[in-house]
Amino acid sequence: MRYFDLFDLPVQFDVDLLTLQDRFRSIQKQVHPDKFANGSDQQKLLAVQQASEVNDAYETLKSPLNRAEYMVAEHGHDVKHEQETIKDGAFLMQQMELREELEDLESSNDPEQALDVFYSDIKKLIKLYTDEFNVNFDKQEYKLAAMSVKKLRFIYKLKSEAEALEDKLLDY
Amino acid sequence: MALLQIAEPGQSTNPHEHKLAVGIDLGTTNSLVASVRSGLPEVLADEQGNKSLPSAVQYLEDSILVGHEAKNNAASDPENTLVSVKRFLGRGLEDINRLYGDLPYNFVEKEHTVNIQTRQGEKNPIQVSAEILNKLHTQAIATLGDALQGAVITVPAYFDDAQRHGTKDAAEIAGIKVLRLINEPTAAAIAYGLDSGKEGVIAVYDLGGGTFDISVLRLNKGVFEVLSTGGDSALGGDDFDRAIVKLLLKNANVTAKLSAKSLRKMYDLGRELKESLTINEAVEFNVSLVEGNIVGQITRAEFESEIEALVKTTLRSCRRAVKDAGVELEEILEVVMVGGSTRVPLVREKVEGFFNRTPLTSINPDEVVAIGAAIQADLLVGNKPDSDMLLLDVTPLSLGLETMGGLVEKVIPRNTTIPVARAQEFTTYKDGQTMMAIHVLQGEREMVDDCRSLARFVLKGIPPLTAGIAVIRVTFNIDADGLLSVTAMEKSTGIESSIQVKPSYGLEQSEIADMIKASMSNAKEDMAARMLAEQKVDAIRMIEAIEMAINESGHLLQANELEAINNAIEALRLSTAQTDGDVIKTSIKALDDISQPFAARRMEDSIKQALTGHSVDDV
Repeated sequence: MRYFDLFDLPVQFDVDLLTLQDRFRSIQKQVHPDKFANGSDQQKLLAVQQASEVNDAYETLKSPLNRAEYMVAEHGHDVKHEQETIKDGAFLMQQMELREELEDLESSNDPEQALDVFYSDIKKLIKLYTDEFNVNFDKQEYKLAAMSVKKLRFIYKLKSEAEALEDKLLDY
Repeated sequence: MALLQIAEPGQSTNPHEHKLAVGIDLGTTNSLVASVRSGLPEVLADEQGNKSLPSAVQYLEDSILVGHEAKNNAASDPENTLVSVKRFLGRGLEDINRLYGDLPYNFVEKEHTVNIQTRQGEKNPIQVSAEILNKLHTQAIATLGDALQGAVITVPAYFDDAQRHGTKDAAEIAGIKVLRLINEPTAAAIAYGLDSGKEGVIAVYDLGGGTFDISVLRLNKGVFEVLSTGGDSALGGDDFDRAIVKLLLKNANVTAKLSAKSLRKMYDLGRELKESLTINEAVEFNVSLVEGNIVGQITRAEFESEIEALVKTTLRSCRRAVKDAGVELEEILEVVMVGGSTRVPLVREKVEGFFNRTPLTSINPDEVVAIGAAIQADLLVGNKPDSDMLLLDVTPLSLGLETMGGLVEKVIPRNTTIPVARAQEFTTYKDGQTMMAIHVLQGEREMVDDCRSLARFVLKGIPPLTAGIAVIRVTFNIDADGLLSVTAMEKSTGIESSIQVKPSYGLEQSEIADMIKASMSNAKEDMAARMLAEQKVDAIRMIEAIEMAINESGHLLQANELEAINNAIEALRLSTAQTDGDVIKTSIKALDDISQPFAARRMEDSIKQALTGHSVDDV
């Protein structure tokens, strides 16, 4: 089952999240195992499988990175498992700088302020590579689009590391 | 005067027939059973009018006491009277000693769990829980007057897989059909949310006897979505009692280890003082132990300074849960208070301070979970066919696999909506490798040693290939109860070999059967009778469900398919008149098989219908 078809949505990166959420809930109301609590074992199993798939489809389309990965995967580019590395020197340099910035954050005088700056840089880069992905995908340049997704993966990874650091600094 | 029943065509003669179902709050300190009667949820009282049953089980020479009597005997017979046994579910001895310290029991260490030595022999925490469930079940049947269709049982949101399995196993031993395990805070939100029709984000702060849970939920158009859960499965009101005991012993300069009896007595005193300090600013006490008398006074301020760190720990979990939910503190519309320990003034004060709003306390915090579970049970057995409510729950802890170097690779992150199925692919690292060890873990930390080991198994029969060629696909399935099963399969050569694992902390099916037998006086006949009764109930339920399905969407069936299904229904109906459980079982299977394509078609159709409805809305 194609995820976009499941929710009756056009195959494009820009997804109306409210529509997606709404349709997800309508479908879950039909297939969720709770509807079959009194059903036979096979029926329950079928419901669990369906509901799992619907949950997975929703989680995939809900998150921008997962969505982009899924879109290129449909065209044969498995970004998550491919071994091919990024050869874009400028991008790699930028990554190293960001990583250093993140490492220095903890010891900076005002870590919260530094974090804010870091987040705003990350946000700009996410926009940059998302736009790049969109352009490539629309031109059906799937290999290039996959490369943009790879870059996005790096950026999102940095973002989650920054969030982990924030947790640590704020003493959760 | 006899009235004639007139039914609408296509409906059963009694369309409003009410099916009996209960919600059970299997608590650390107290357990409750509730049911929806005449449209209203209420906690069912026992013959003496008690609404809550102490979660205490006393093993006498030739009988077992459950509840108040057992609790009252706890101080005089501590080794054989098990209280707060829920804390030991799915835990090993090391955990128990670390978390709870001095306990008056004789533990017997098992591979991953503990047994407790009583005068009736070794008892597993699951068996003890089953005794409590059994008592509630019996009480419910007596009150409601007929056999139950099933029960919703609540568990702390923070319960891991082993603890959930343990709870479900206990229900099976007690002869209860579990409709669903739901999280306690979710149940509490159902109790409040639906009745008052709230929409928006709410937090449920649940501080019970032995566990603390915080959950953030979104209520929207009848959909209950659990956004995040957090908490601590080893923190609760009992810790407040212990804090008091510690303080009293310190003030009295008692350093020697107390006897089991004295400890029990001290904990009871601690609980009494805690409850008293909810209303009073200071309380005097006088307790006589074998070791001597302890007399004195404790003030609320002293008590509060002892527990402040514990309360703070709960707020830290709250902050994390709010963050995990992806919402801002200000977005939270309501805070629901659950659990007797939320009566402690300091707790209310701190929670109010943290969320910056007055928490909801209008439903009795001891009953709210059972009430919510009863509402959900009523819905699941189909008493409210028009209800729009849907509960979407999440998994509380991340699940992963051990990879090289003792690291954990997460396969399903925490707070993923369930049910869920996720697969991860691995490969061999040696030429000709034919086996692979798979180690399943639960927890948030990166190292294997810091996570909870759920299961280990070995996948055999991998075709001998060059390293890195074989592809082993490991699939995690979590069902709607939050229970995990794992399968592994080698797929590169098309040779499939898979294994179903049940976490090593749970009981084997054979052990469950043994315990069911052991709990019956006349084992063999009882067992057969129970199986037969269960088969009959299953058969009737299934016939009803399929007839309703045909009523609703018979148009999806060809004439010959319909005939085949009707024949299978008839065969099943005939088989229920017999006393052979196996015949019924076979007939159920036959009907299930033949109606399977119909079920699948119905589901597809309902998805389409759901979206068509939307397109109209969207226009």
